[in-house]
Amino acid sequence: MRINPRFINRLMEIALNTQAFFTVGILVVIVAIILIKGIGNINLEFIFSFPEDMGRHGGIYPTIIGTVMLAILSIIFATPLGVGTAIFLTEYTKESMLTKIIRFGVESLAGIPSILYGLFGFIFFVIKLKMGWSILSGVLTITIMILPTIIRTSEEAIKAVPKNVRIVSFSLGATKWETVTKVVLPSAAPGILTGIMLSIGRVVGETAAVIFTMGSSLRLPTSIMDSGRTMAVHFYILAREGISMEKAYATALILVLSILLINIVAYYIMNRVISRYS
Amino acid sequence: MVKKIGIFLIIFSVIFVCSCANKEKKHSGKKHTITIAGSTSVMPFTEKLAEFFMIQNPKFIIDVQGGGSTAGIQACLNNTVDLGMSSRKLKEGERLNEIIICYDGISIVVHPDNPINGLTLEQVRAIFSAKIKNWKELGWKDRRIDAITREEGSGTRGSFEDLVMHGEEIDDSIMVQDSNGSVKEIVATDPYAIGYISLGLVDKRVKAMPIDGVIPTVSSIKTGAYKIMRPFLLLSNGDPDDHVREFIEFILSKQGQEILRKEGLIGSYE
Amino acid sequence: MNEKASLKERVVKTVLTIFALSSLLFLFLIFIFILIEGSPLFLKVGLKNIIFGFKWAPTKGSFGIFPMIISSFLVTFGALIIGAPLGLSCAIYLSEYSGKRLKMILKPALELLAGIPSVVYGFLGVIYIVPLVRNYLGGSGFSLISTSIILGIMILPTIISISFDSIMSVPKTYREGSYAMGATKWQTIYKIVVPSARSGILASFILGMGRAIGETMAVIMIAGNALKIPMSLTDPLRTLTGNIALELAYATGDHRLGLFSTGIVLLVIIMALNYIANFGIKRRSQ
Repeated sequence: MRINPRFINRLMEIALNTQAFFTVGILVVIVAIILIKGIGNINLEFIFSFPEDMGRHGGIYPTIIGTVMLAILSIIFATPLGVGTAIFLTEYTKESMLTKIIRFGVESLAGIPSILYGLFGFIFFVIKLKMGWSILSGVLTITIMILPTIIRTSEEAIKAVPKNVRIVSFSLGATKWETVTKVVLPSAAPGILTGIMLSIGRVVGETAAVIFTMGSSLRLPTSIMDSGRTMAVHFYILAREGISMEKAYATALILVLSILLINIVAYYIMNRVISRYS
Repeated sequence: MVKKIGIFLIIFSVIFVCSCANKEKKHSGKKHTITIAGSTSVMPFTEKLAEFFMIQNPKFIIDVQGGGSTAGIQACLNNTVDLGMSSRKLKEGERLNEIIICYDGISIVVHPDNPINGLTLEQVRAIFSAKIKNWKELGWKDRRIDAITREEGSGTRGSFEDLVMHGEEIDDSIMVQDSNGSVKEIVATDPYAIGYISLGLVDKRVKAMPIDGVIPTVSSIKTGAYKIMRPFLLLSNGDPDDHVREFIEFILSKQGQEILRKEGLIGSYE
Repeated sequence: MNEKASLKERVVKTVLTIFALSSLLFLFLIFIFILIEGSPLFLKVGLKNIIFGFKWAPTKGSFGIFPMIISSFLVTFGALIIGAPLGLSCAIYLSEYSGKRLKMILKPALELLAGIPSVVYGFLGVIYIVPLVRNYLGGSGFSLISTSIILGIMILPTIISISFDSIMSVPKTYREGSYAMGATKWQTIYKIVVPSARSGILASFILGMGRAIGETMAVIMIAGNALKIPMSLTDPLRTLTGNIALELAYATGDHRLGLFSTGIVLLVIIMALNYIANFGIKRRSQ
């Protein structure tokens, strides 16, 4: 007996629809739970006051500062390195064995899970270079971790700048570096910025690589040699040790909201670029 | 655009470096930092003591971190911290100056709904070596026992192995968690769970099981009736310097010991 | 003037080359340091006793991580069983069925959700999935199945995004040709679109596997971390990543070396998966 293909077609359409909405539903529910359970415990005091009794009472101010320090410093290190690498790969060399090896290196770095970055940062920065559990150790580890994202997005952005822009610049007598800084980079800037924003989002949500390099001291960090705790690490400790469910949900909400916000800005910038070129 | 971002980044880094350098100066000039790391069982209590101490002596900064007893001992031997914390006795070859700040009982805890009102030490040993796997064998429901132990290297696990297991191995099928808090959290939510945590952390979310008929309390430990107890140690490599000594004296003072007693621990002079 | 300019060019090029080589240097450093720390133990205890050893008791001289290797693969396949069909259907729905408006909203929404930190997934797993499993399937709830469910959800954005891109890149003419021959939409998808996008879809699965096997914090929250190989869906288990994260802060001496050997094994598995995804599959499709 042959089943009517139209019937199967209809059946599969329904099946696919259900699965797709189920998938989207799961993700929506996750955000909804965090939002509903967390919103009641958030106020300005929670954001700007110090935690008491390991976070059972009080706010999360030092962890916000810890997160901001970690994100900004690692971006300051990773951006010149990453954009420089992307410029080198796109503008300064032809495809060769060297670029192939560098690309392989970048791809490999991108695939390494964060716990292995934590393992490396722990043995190299914390122990071998005697930096101890400090913001500096965390920053250096995270810099390496986000480098591949910045390189790849910058490379895409630079490649998207039309060829004839460069030709015009050269024909006006500009050097290669002048062309790169005055013509190519300004057009590629929004794309590069997208990569930076996405990296910040990743840093804010990271735990495994941070907890073993930056430590988990709840004190307000006053120098880069201090240990510090990021929001994600604080949330992990609150939730896992069962210190306070209300504070855990509230921290999770701030964490998720800030990451969503950062990512939305990133996509907004990217969409503007896409619409400009197409 | 690039220029703007560049300028922004430069300004930001300058501000950052300045503010860091500034603070650095301040804190090397006036403030004394004492770094402490080690046992996660001792950590919450040290943090509490440090909180009080810093309120009274604002020129001190005390940085308390976890890491575990073994790591604390190691960090102390390497001089990477001023004080180590340990919740187990030192082994041979770990030559450090030890200060007993208090004693702590290890309680065997179950969910408050668990109807069993007492176990023998042998039964606990049998549960953790997986010889008893079902609550039915202990006179309750036909349900698998969800036993939880601590990870290798933990001081609490070390003491538990010495005091309860007596050389028998904790079975591989037992779940492993890496802190007192997470063991307690599972026991508080899973009606069929059993685990062991520091007596100081027992509250109404979990039920401390009487062992051989003795309920673990401060007084039963003091009289020696409850046997599963271990010292909380602070460790220093050689003699501590004056600043560190000041903090130690605070802990051993009447006020410091009172803080520890309120947390359910047993003072070191009792 | 000209000389000065060319000198500047040379300096710039040198600096950029150094920058570009720095990522290679970092990769090299990571490999070297994990290898230096981990390999002495392989020599001392023996490769076989570590990789095929059943007993992990690092403070007593046993460093077997075989159960963790098996457990890591079990949760990864579990995650794939849950995440792959859902993710693929979602990608097919997005590319073939949804209108342009819906696509514009759903695609970025799904990608935004990829940014939710893994600890949040782990936490929600402990609060909602663990009790469900405990009450309806038995056991403690900290189990193979709970971990697989959470990891399956976590890899959805990766799978959806990459398979969507590869399905979208199947030329329109293929579909039109199929319709012209009287095929239904489903027949077109099943016989033409998915096979043409096969390599991209496969790559998305393998990258999803890579993410699942490398995930750490969510896993130690929900897996129970027992050292035995799980015998049923409701048994707890410990993965390679979980082993490192649980014990790293505590470990000293040979115990720490043991964790670095665990790291080497994980690194080798991850590199192999990435190599297959990036070079094996993508290249063949070009």
